[in-house]
Amino acid sequence: MNTMTMAEARAHDRKRWLWPMGFGIIMIVAALALTGWITGQTWLIFAGPIVVYGVVPVLDLLIGKDSTNPPERVLDILEDDPFYRYSTYIYVVVQLILFVAVCAIVGTQDLTFWQWLGFVSTIGMLSGVSINTAHELGHKNTAVESWLAKIALAPVAYGHFYTEHNRGHHKNVATPHDPASARMGEPFWRFLVRTAGGSARSALDIEKRRMARKNRSFWSVHNEVLQSWGMTIVLWGALMFAFGIELLPFLVLQAIIGASLLEAVNYAEHYGLLRKKLESGRYERCQPEHSWNNDHIVTNIMLFHLQRHSDHHAHPTRRYQSLRHFDEAPQLPTGYAGMIVLAYFPPLWYRVMDKRVVAHYDGDLRRANLQPEKRERLLAKYPPPHAPADASA
Amino acid sequence: MKKWQCIVCGFEYDEAEGMPDEGIEPGTKWEAIPDDWTCPDCGAPKDDFEMMEVD
Repeated sequence: MNTMTMAEARAHDRKRWLWPMGFGIIMIVAALALTGWITGQTWLIFAGPIVVYGVVPVLDLLIGKDSTNPPERVLDILEDDPFYRYSTYIYVVVQLILFVAVCAIVGTQDLTFWQWLGFVSTIGMLSGVSINTAHELGHKNTAVESWLAKIALAPVAYGHFYTEHNRGHHKNVATPHDPASARMGEPFWRFLVRTAGGSARSALDIEKRRMARKNRSFWSVHNEVLQSWGMTIVLWGALMFAFGIELLPFLVLQAIIGASLLEAVNYAEHYGLLRKKLESGRYERCQPEHSWNNDHIVTNIMLFHLQRHSDHHAHPTRRYQSLRHFDEAPQLPTGYAGMIVLAYFPPLWYRVMDKRVVAHYDGDLRRANLQPEKRERLLAKYPPPHAPADASA
Repeated sequence: MKKWQCIVCGFEYDEAEGMPDEGIEPGTKWEAIPDDWTCPDCGAPKDDFEMMEVD
């Protein structure tokens, strides 16, 4: 019956040899930036934003999608294949080396303003992408992966994400209570402020209650938010000790850029989607229909299948290689990389996405997650079926 | 009576309390809950629950 070997199962994964490009992409970006610095081609130091905002979205359009799902018995075998998790481990090590190396350059070399800006934007992009790798690792219940997740979040000072994402976002996703679920009509820049503040507050609150339950002080070493922030203080402190206090603006700005990149991805993942509130006061369970998905190959490689987001919410501990495409899940027109560029320009975003939210709810926006002060205007613009626009007010 | 916790989001199932809202009577053993039942908070499958120390 179950005689399939690992080798046979591996043959089913069409993206198998692309997955190491997860860390390959950041090595290429860093190599381009360093080449730009050494050869005086300053524009090339901006390789991070050029690749994330330009090259990846274009490659998504050119290369297209992979919507295949290996059979279930193959997925069970691939889940245990260490090949896949090594790509995420290597990513964390590569990212940390690149981060320290660029800090050394920025701290000790005489850079022009544009060279400095190039490095901060490129490292900011890599820090943002590494939050996603930390996300993949942070869902796994092994000590190695939990620690690698926290290490990956240290350079970008986003350690609270580890706590908030699992115990906050996964619980409250696609409800008005989740700071990381965007509402229809909510411009990205307002979402960014709401999610950044709300996620940090939520993480602290979760750990405060967890510590209290275990009869420990909030200031306990077991507090995972404080642990992660402590790692950032140690890392940043050591870098400034080694390369000078002048590194501080670089560290702060790259962290802001990295966090905003991750939050732009969050913005796309659940925009406008809402779980129904049940009579008991709970929300219905999270279903495939509560996440935006996409099967464009290049972004999926860079983000370890994050865009198969519905299956991720259904099976949060499942490893990236075994996440499945669902036909019934709502699909974005292009990969998250292209969508974040749209998100920066709210009118463009609304033009592309609002009609998709309307279609997803069969024209009835009363079932969508709407930005409260835009509710009336959105319902007037897209009147629900059997309710004339003027009668709904 | 035992308690089980979702390793993803921290939701706790207490066998003594059951989940009357979902038709799971108080006193229902973990083993008696259908395999396709999922975490009411985050949707994680039953496999993603672990038994908790009860003090």
